[in-house]
Amino acid sequence: MSILGNRVLRREDVGFLTEGACYTDDLNEPALEGALFVTYVRSIMAHAKIVVDASEAAAMPGVAGVFTAADLDGPTILQGQVPMFPEPMLNRPILATDTVRFVGECIAVILSETPETGADAAEAVSVDYEPLPVVVDMEEAATDSVVIYDEVGTNIAVDFSALGMATGITDDSFFGDCEVVVSGRVAHQRTAPAPLEPRSTAATWEGDKAIMWMSNQAPHGVKGALEPLYAEQAKGGFQIIVPDVGGGFGGKIPPYPEDALLPWLSAKAGKPVRWFETRTENLLAMGPGRAHVHRFTIGGSKDGNITHYRLEVLADSGAYTRLGAFLPMFTLIMSSGVYDIPHIETGARSVVTNTTPTEAYRGAGRPEAALTIERAVDMFAGEIGMDPADIRRKNYLKAADFPVSTAVGTEYDSGDYEKSLELALDAAGYSDLRDEQTRRRDNGEVVQLGIGIATYVEITAGPAPGGAEYGKVEITPQGKARVYSGSLSHGQSHQTTFAMIAADQLGMDIEDIELVQGDTDQVSEGVGTFGSRSTQLGGSSIHRAAGQVVESAKQIAADLLEANVDDIVLDQANGTFHVSGTPSVNKTWAEIAEEADDLSSESNEQTKCSYPFGTHIAVVEIDTETGGVTLDRMITCDDAGTIINPMIVEGQRHGGIAQGVAQALTEEVSYDADGNPQSANFADYGIISMAELPSFELVPMETPTPNNPLGCKGIGESGAIGATPAVANAVVDGLSHFGVTNIDLPVSSLRVWEAIQEQKN
Amino acid sequence: MTINGTEVSSDVEPRTLLVHFIREQASLKGTNIGCDSSSCGACTIHLNGESVKSCTVLAAQADGQEVTTIEGLADGETLHPMQEAFRECHALQCGYCTPGMVMAAISLLDEVPNPTELEVREGLEGNLCRCTGYHNIVKAVLQASGSQS
Ligand code: FES
Ligand code: FES
Repeated sequence: MSILGNRVLRREDVGFLTEGACYTDDLNEPALEGALFVTYVRSIMAHAKIVVDASEAAAMPGVAGVFTAADLDGPTILQGQVPMFPEPMLNRPILATDTVRFVGECIAVILSETPETGADAAEAVSVDYEPLPVVVDMEEAATDSVVIYDEVGTNIAVDFSALGMATGITDDSFFGDCEVVVSGRVAHQRTAPAPLEPRSTAATWEGDKAIMWMSNQAPHGVKGALEPLYAEQAKGGFQIIVPDVGGGFGGKIPPYPEDALLPWLSAKAGKPVRWFETRTENLLAMGPGRAHVHRFTIGGSKDGNITHYRLEVLADSGAYTRLGAFLPMFTLIMSSGVYDIPHIETGARSVVTNTTPTEAYRGAGRPEAALTIERAVDMFAGEIGMDPADIRRKNYLKAADFPVSTAVGTEYDSGDYEKSLELALDAAGYSDLRDEQTRRRDNGEVVQLGIGIATYVEITAGPAPGGAEYGKVEITPQGKARVYSGSLSHGQSHQTTFAMIAADQLGMDIEDIELVQGDTDQVSEGVGTFGSRSTQLGGSSIHRAAGQVVESAKQIAADLLEANVDDIVLDQANGTFHVSGTPSVNKTWAEIAEEADDLSSESNEQTKCSYPFGTHIAVVEIDTETGGVTLDRMITCDDAGTIINPMIVEGQRHGGIAQGVAQALTEEVSYDADGNPQSANFADYGIISMAELPSFELVPMETPTPNNPLGCKGIGESGAIGATPAVANAVVDGLSHFGVTNIDLPVSSLRVWEAIQEQKN
Repeated sequence: MTINGTEVSSDVEPRTLLVHFIREQASLKGTNIGCDSSSCGACTIHLNGESVKSCTVLAAQADGQEVTTIEGLADGETLHPMQEAFRECHALQCGYCTPGMVMAAISLLDEVPNPTELEVREGLEGNLCRCTGYHNIVKAVLQASGSQS
């Protein structure tokens, strides 16, 4: 029987639970012995001209060096990942030269014998700031009332319509035929990935080879970005090693300026160097996500047939154009959500502001699409007095029609949205909940009930038409397997899932599978772990490679057994090859490996995108006197296609749901009008705790994708995509009898209280 | 001080935090640092049998005391019941919060042997996890307490 589909306990856990994992700052490598510590001096102003004097710091005992932009004779610029933006915005200085553009930007760097000395020296670096006008709010930035880059002349980094990547916004005749038209504004506040392990990096040189260790999600991508910066010195190679990683959630996909400079610093000092940031630095300088403002208009008939939808996206890139400036692409292609809407028009712009540059955060562009369409559908339903479940049933893309193309040209592979709704409604006891809501309303109770529904669809293994991930399977002389993967774990359990996939094909025990991940020397190619891609891309490659190895092994077995290769079968139960019908005469993997110089195979095949979906139902209680909102229940039906290990998949769902709820209820990266961060530590950032969450009620559903051999879709981001609109809809639903139709996130008690007062007055 | 039953002594700066002492002087890297505002609990250890956030204690304050970290819990190959429950319930993903979470959870059960779900959630509120959504952590603590039906 196949191991796939079983709740196999994780191979990672015994080590993690007894000694702790080995994160970058835990490394005890001989190559890092005697390392100097790196401390960055960061801007405390959002926009200013600067003059730096580091002489006092440089003279302090224990300080091995202080460097400013003027001292850099190596890399000076770290370019954004997508080269579609004006160069001044794209080319981020590694250390600010004469201008800083956000609080937290690196100005100078210190090398010291201890971290404490580094912190003291950072205090001693004197920076003269000459303030420049600041723009923090993206809608204000879009007016160009303050222009950050004079040489560009506008804050608009890109208009996706002008690039032909959106359909373009026309005029109101677009909605001409509609009986009902509803418009709204949905703000997607900036949120922090906040992996519990902050960023951490180390670097050294072995002759003319650079070696970096870092807490990162995509080491081959990092190598691709940094190696060219060291083309002169690193003639002997450039190796990135990623040990265990304490979470990423998108924020650890790219290299940052802080990482990019380490090989230079190591070369300068002639010693290894290490950097471990504080949480405050993490919240100031690691890329946050979301940060969109959407305006939508939705139109249709009085009986609830939605026919028209317009979405205008404004995205906050922060001070430089990093990945965040590009992510509206994903919002646009997923703008139709789960609905059959024949007429859609879209537009999107990204603007620069004096804030931390944005990057991907769990969902990256798709949560924004889902939140807006799910709010829009609820507002439309509210306008015509239709139940939110009924309007969804009426407008879903139908299961029988898959694969389907939406009006914006995105082709969804497979799905049954209505089924996910019915399963979730059943599990929630929907009609009982509505009865209880009515009872409380009729009695005028202080604590009211809100029920929110959201059905989402997202794109994974993207961007379209599909991605690839490297996998290699090699049989060792002992007859065991070594699996090489370009995708790597930062909590996703690759040691377990990938071993299961290989073991299933090879007829081995998972303990016989060694996984090699997170090392650009040992794994020749790779992309990384993000966008819910690992199992469907990396797993599929390992599955294919293992299948090819089995075919090669059969040929060897045929020679050894003097049989026809077509008659050779692999006995999955004990991993031996024999002629069909005579299992007692067989060859083990070790015997076969002895006959081959190299029994291995690799795969890096492009695999088409998949479109996971599901329905989330949130039940909230709202204290109408204080505005306090409590999430009572969270019921989710998430369909990620075929499931390799249900325990691990449920864990991914749980984590995503919590982050989605956090976006709705507690978390926001905020600034004052001068661009001073108001949420730069865990005491001020509303990071969600276990006291603010219920246990989650998960409903299983599996619709395999035809697009890869495993049938798997992505699951890492689903929770974060469905939960936010479900909770937002629940809060508005709970206040709808007061006349409230929309509320900004995160839903603070003040916002709820104000919304009620506004309707009362 | 003794850490996991072994005497560890070293001269350190007065400002050295206990968490740094454990990681650097005792070379025990299981205890993690996740914040600079004593908010996350990743650094939770036992000081004389009670859980504390070791980033809020000076090493000097622990002079002569008994410290237990995640490395001191298992008995040879045999996991502590809380470690076992975490493993069985998939209560860890990246593992960064885990050592602190396990230490805090053991302490919670010392104080409240049979907690309700709400008591677990309120009792461990000061330990953050970014990966698990807390669902399986709560399940593991309840399982370890034997109060899971
Ligand atoms: S590191 Fe001690 S509470 Fe966060
Ligand atoms: S398992 Fe990653 S922070 Fe808890």
